[in-house]
Amino acid sequence: MSTSEIDRQWTTRLRKRTFGKLPPEKMLPDTQPSYVSSWIYVFGVATISSLVVVIATGCVLAIFGPAWWHTSNVGHFVNSMHLWSVEIFFFSMVIHLWGKYFMAAWRGGRALTWITGMVLFLCSIVTALTGYVSQSNFDSQWISTQAKDAINGSGGGAFFNLLNGGQMLMWHIVLMPLILVLLVGVHVVLVRIKGVVPPIEENAGAVQ
Amino acid sequence: MSKKAFRPDVDAPEWKGGHSPYDIIKEGSIAIAVVLILTLILAVVFGSPDDPAITLKSWSTTAPVDFATTALSELNGTSGTATYGAPYNSQNSSASQQLGPLKLEYWIGVHIPINTAKVFVINPLKALPGQPALDKDLAVFQNASASAKTAWLNNYTKAAANMKFLNNQVVVNASDAGPVPLMINDLTQMARSGALDEALLTGDSFYTTDYTDSLLFISDGSYLGQVAQADHLTGSQWGMMNETGSWPGQAWLWLYTFWYQVSPMNSSSNGDVEVLAIMLLLTVGLTLMPFIPGLRSIPRKSKVYRIIWREHYQNQTKD
Amino acid sequence: MSSFLIGALINLNHPDHYFQWHIFDISAANAIVIILMLATFIGALLLPFPGRRRRKENQ
Repeated sequence: MSTSEIDRQWTTRLRKRTFGKLPPEKMLPDTQPSYVSSWIYVFGVATISSLVVVIATGCVLAIFGPAWWHTSNVGHFVNSMHLWSVEIFFFSMVIHLWGKYFMAAWRGGRALTWITGMVLFLCSIVTALTGYVSQSNFDSQWISTQAKDAINGSGGGAFFNLLNGGQMLMWHIVLMPLILVLLVGVHVVLVRIKGVVPPIEENAGAVQ
Repeated sequence: MSKKAFRPDVDAPEWKGGHSPYDIIKEGSIAIAVVLILTLILAVVFGSPDDPAITLKSWSTTAPVDFATTALSELNGTSGTATYGAPYNSQNSSASQQLGPLKLEYWIGVHIPINTAKVFVINPLKALPGQPALDKDLAVFQNASASAKTAWLNNYTKAAANMKFLNNQVVVNASDAGPVPLMINDLTQMARSGALDEALLTGDSFYTTDYTDSLLFISDGSYLGQVAQADHLTGSQWGMMNETGSWPGQAWLWLYTFWYQVSPMNSSSNGDVEVLAIMLLLTVGLTLMPFIPGLRSIPRKSKVYRIIWREHYQNQTKD
Repeated sequence: MSSFLIGALINLNHPDHYFQWHIFDISAANAIVIILMLATFIGALLLPFPGRRRRKENQ
């Protein structure tokens, strides 16, 4: 087998592409550009950390099934943790968004990072909605019967029925977490490939 | 060597300056620990809400007249669900919400067909065992001509404006209403026993995960909305971002719920789809911010970045 | 222990206080969350970030 044949293999090409763009020292860096020195930088990590706690508490709720938390005190406490980690998640994500906006963090070929971040924000809202309607309590009844009109108005109600408890629970605990985790992965890898956006260049003339 | 002009809101030169040590794994571990501790504290201190679901039983027991009136509207085809249009039924295209000329709801069509008279009233009543009088009346109703049905329903509906619930019976002084009085009263009794909750859920199969029928029925009444109103959850109360009790809700929906407060969405019959469209447009705008001249310059012109990178700019002037 | 877990130290299971002004209408709980977010954001911008000194120069 010739070298060129090996070079043409899909596997070889994927490996070269991946590790060419993202060598280990970029994926797991041990230094950071010196301009990265502000508390605003912690909110991206805080968002991902909240997501870890959200998923972990969600997994505990999943172990015992959707009705457990209504009848068990421990279940109710795990539900409380799930709720509050979601509040921290959105809290951190919005501050992260504000911070990245004021850094114009899309500069230098980082537009896709910004876009995946926005898609993540949207997907998080859908995940939260499916969660709220999966609580199987008064909240779910009210939110599902109210929100259905917007979904129906868009034509989507025919396929995404907020009143279908089973469908919503599946979306909440399978489809949406899968999409979120994949997208977070893409978002983080993009940040690692491109690096943290440098400060806005004030002497544009000097750079040219 | 000619270069394209440097665009400060789009371009960023590669960093050639210094680096500081950075332990990404340690940072992540500390962050997870901090969030976990914070979550534990908030959960211990504040807990979480869990207001029990409303059932057809609890609704018809607490507000029997509202239930019976709603049941009548399901039977005579005037309820919210009966007149909803797609995706539940499509009496006419004007029932559906539309966005300007776009009748998305109507075009996509009926995918969850619901005949409210049949599904919410007649079928559950048929399932009641040992009711010879009711069975007879149901047969009369179903075999009657359309004009006879309409006449009975109209007569009953007129009189139902003064409906009362006395001695556990629905009382309506209607004359020539055929089998309608018995049907409405029996459905109310059925609901108060809890049997209607069962019938609507398990009408088609033993295992159930779909609450569409029960939820639509409940939301056609006034009771659900009254409970929500008391909890400050309705649309005009910015309810979308509120939670039952005194817990924080979905504060991130503030802008979404804002649009429901302003004209024309606050009174439009297409309000839901209009607000959705506005939010989609704004979201697309924010997503494509990097490509929109003017908007993408706001961060630079706001100078907030000078606070974030103040050390960097201080060092720059020193150099 | 169990009543401790379900009861929470501060009982929020009562109607919230709402601030109303013109068309605006917000619960105390949401107002606190949003004010905290703004405060955290401003704090994150203004508070000095500790201990990140330049060590390694890449020339």
